Amino acid sequence: MDFIQLLASGLANGCVYGLIALGFVLIYKATEAVNFAQGDFMMLGAFVCIGFANDDFMGQGFWIAVPLAILVMAVFGYLFNWGVLRHMFGQSQTSIVILTIALGFILRFIAGTIWSHEPVSLETPFAGQDIRFGGVVLGVDEMLVVVVTIILTACLFVFFSKTKIGVAMQAASQNQLAAYYMGIPVKRIQSLVWGLSGAVAAVAGILFASKGAIDPSAGLLGIKAFAAAAIGGFGSLPGALLGGIIIGIVEPLSSRYGPPGVSQIAPYAILLLVLILRPGGIFSQTQKKKV
Amino acid sequence: MRFVFKTSYDADINWFKHKTQAFWYFLLFGLMMAIPLYFHFLSDPYLLGEITSVMIFAIAAMGLMLLTGHTGLPSLGHATFMALGCYMNVIYLNAGLPWLLAFPLAGLTAGFVGTLIALPVLRLHGVYLALATLAMSILTGDFIVLLEPWTGGISGLAVPDISIFGLEINKYANPYLFYYLVLVVALLIIMAYRNILRAPMGRSFTAVRDSEISAQAMGINLTMTKSSSFFLSATTAGLAGALFGHSAGYVTNETFDVVMSITLLMMIVIGGLGFIHGAFFGAIVFGIIPVAIANGRSLLQTSFGINVHIPGLENGLFAVILIAFILFEPMGLYGRWLKVRTYFELFPFYRKDMFRRQKSYLKTERVQ
Amino acid sequence: MSLLSLSDVTLRFGGVVAVNNVSLEVQQGEVFGLVGPNGAGKSTLFNLISRFYDPAEGSISFNNQNLLKLGSDQVPSQGIARTFQNIELFEHATVLQNLLVGRHRHRKTSMLSEIFFTPKARREERRHREAVERVIDFLDLQPYREKMIAGLPYGVRKVVELGRALASEPKLLLLDEPASGLSVEETQDMAYWIEDIQKQMGITVLMVEHDMGLVSSVCNRVLALNDGKELTTGTPTEVQAHPSVVEAYLGTSGISKT
Repeated sequence: MDFIQLLASGLANGCVYGLIALGFVLIYKATEAVNFAQGDFMMLGAFVCIGFANDDFMGQGFWIAVPLAILVMAVFGYLFNWGVLRHMFGQSQTSIVILTIALGFILRFIAGTIWSHEPVSLETPFAGQDIRFGGVVLGVDEMLVVVVTIILTACLFVFFSKTKIGVAMQAASQNQLAAYYMGIPVKRIQSLVWGLSGAVAAVAGILFASKGAIDPSAGLLGIKAFAAAAIGGFGSLPGALLGGIIIGIVEPLSSRYGPPGVSQIAPYAILLLVLILRPGGIFSQTQKKKV
Repeated sequence: MRFVFKTSYDADINWFKHKTQAFWYFLLFGLMMAIPLYFHFLSDPYLLGEITSVMIFAIAAMGLMLLTGHTGLPSLGHATFMALGCYMNVIYLNAGLPWLLAFPLAGLTAGFVGTLIALPVLRLHGVYLALATLAMSILTGDFIVLLEPWTGGISGLAVPDISIFGLEINKYANPYLFYYLVLVVALLIIMAYRNILRAPMGRSFTAVRDSEISAQAMGINLTMTKSSSFFLSATTAGLAGALFGHSAGYVTNETFDVVMSITLLMMIVIGGLGFIHGAFFGAIVFGIIPVAIANGRSLLQTSFGINVHIPGLENGLFAVILIAFILFEPMGLYGRWLKVRTYFELFPFYRKDMFRRQKSYLKTERVQ
Repeated sequence: MSLLSLSDVTLRFGGVVAVNNVSLEVQQGEVFGLVGPNGAGKSTLFNLISRFYDPAEGSISFNNQNLLKLGSDQVPSQGIARTFQNIELFEHATVLQNLLVGRHRHRKTSMLSEIFFTPKARREERRHREAVERVIDFLDLQPYREKMIAGLPYGVRKVVELGRALASEPKLLLLDEPASGLSVEETQDMAYWIEDIQKQMGITVLMVEHDMGLVSSVCNRVLALNDGKELTTGTPTEVQAHPSVVEAYLGTSGISKT
């Protein structure tokens, strides 16, 4: 029973990691930039939603706040690429890594200034409710995280395989120059991918804040999401989700059954192991440059 | 504009391009030697302590600069090597080794252990290496806790005083001596750094940074070159860590955190990637910002009665400055200084695009 | 006796046979040309010799030494230097530094002696500089000595790349399309240099080139490739007149040669 309980909460956590990793992979695939601030995007999305929903702030209610927060984060992602990243065209990946790390600092600072550094949780209509199966108690919030993740993944799958923009995004991610020659506005597509990834981050943040308290430093969870993305291979969307779930499940299990301290180390140790043994993740995508 | 007539190969090998340049650097050295006198007359060595810690960070930044700026390998985990250097230094000192032996040995240990840790990840490229070193940096604190018998874990570890042939140096008891000690270490490292850059090894570093494939075609062994760079870089960071320990007096598992690693990387970007000067400029900016914020805060309070206290302001401000630099001055402060200098040297013939570089598509590492 | 010999070398990328059973012998002191349409496998042959690719079958030997036993960074130490089709210089370094990297295979100093810059390190450094200055004189690169590669025009970069290969004092020089993208005058210069490299420096040259004018003026022998297969080997005039070469370039046989 205990085991199933842990598994369920691990799964819910893992879904959040997976969603952050998903946004991260989206951007990496489309633009080859690595967004080290993806976790902070998630955090900001959560706080924007809290800002709209909670009675301490604007008090607009959960169902109005959620779409608003997703929209705000999508616009934010789009504008960030449009206003900042696009101008870095041609600079090294290291610069982009450092830039997004700096962005994370700024977002943390902004969130801390507006919403304070105290942990808050999102006021949801289903807080505290649970479902019981025999001896297993599952929170509605945890169930919801899993369900929403599944729905979102399905939506993304349909989006990428069926819609015109989705196919264009795929094309642009595979070969920027060729896509450009085929009449795809690559730069705008990249901004849209950033927008999409902002929206996914917002969903992750809302789910995270609805099942527990969040504070501005929660963005550091993004690092666990990197581990997830690395496990799945940076270029793979389902891999990212799977990686997230693996990390999410390993954490509570290792803290329950492993020696003390292991649960903190586990995600990063897994990340290091994967990078060392299978650089490029389970589905390796790196190869030598052609001369 | 100065034209140097080169009459021997040594003109290209020597540290200074011409006598005037040598003069300026010796003047700077003289100034650095004289600074403690000024504070001695003021009998308020607080700022001297700040300058010392800026120098310590500049040493660490030089270590990272060699790796990131000259070899093109980003590291988000250099605080780990500082921690290694710091703890090993204390362990050696507590084991009874004299400081003159313990200090370099601590640096070398950091270098060796760092290279051992890094060897498996060195074949990774850009982002992957950044991630692996980031994970390493996060794990550092946990490992310090796990190794409690040697590191003191959460309760921390007191760093003994430096003793050189009976001369006791403590940062608080004698800040002047500590300053000179750090200055000497910094100078020695700068000399070694300059020597590396003018020798085949330094050139092989930059070759690997600019084109791995072509470096290989010139007979440069990638793994060997990258691990040498990592070794030297980790050693330097380790030495800085040991000095940092003496400066802090007490270290815990939270001293060398991820933020310190990231700060080091930010320093060298702001200072100017690929220039030794950049490490110092970056460390200076990093040293000035907290002081400036504190001064600005007290100014607002005394003259306008506004009490500003925003946690995280320093990091936020630092990040904004960093983004501004990446966007508008990718060559960093040193690059800006070069431009200003060229402007005056060539006056009035400076052209705006003199330092412009061709922009190109990112060289992809993926299969197309 | 042949300096470089490839026998029955085959390389496959997945299902594509990039190089199919190619054999060639480059004699000491000659300029050997590789011609063929795009995608014929010429640069792939170069990458095989530089050991960036492993052949599926066949053997490659240089100076009676089996090259396949060496890693790509050990090939230069045997005395093979190369240039690249799409210039691969060290962008953020000066011309002088680029040429000095070419001297890497002659590095005799250790890490420690370089850190302390011992008198031996200085002596070695002077030797490197001397060799590099000779190359600079030879290729007329004095005006660009201290310039960053990133700001140099294409033609100069090509010359710098040639210079970097020459600085290593090779026995065999691999030139991958030395004249592509060069103006008529620059191609003319390149032809003279290649001639000097062969006759004065005594360096054997293996080059890939599309410009038949350059090929016929400098090459002693030419091998024509198509679809990874050898068509024919001979003097430039023989190869140009060979019916299968004409067919490969023009698509159909029977049309009179260009």
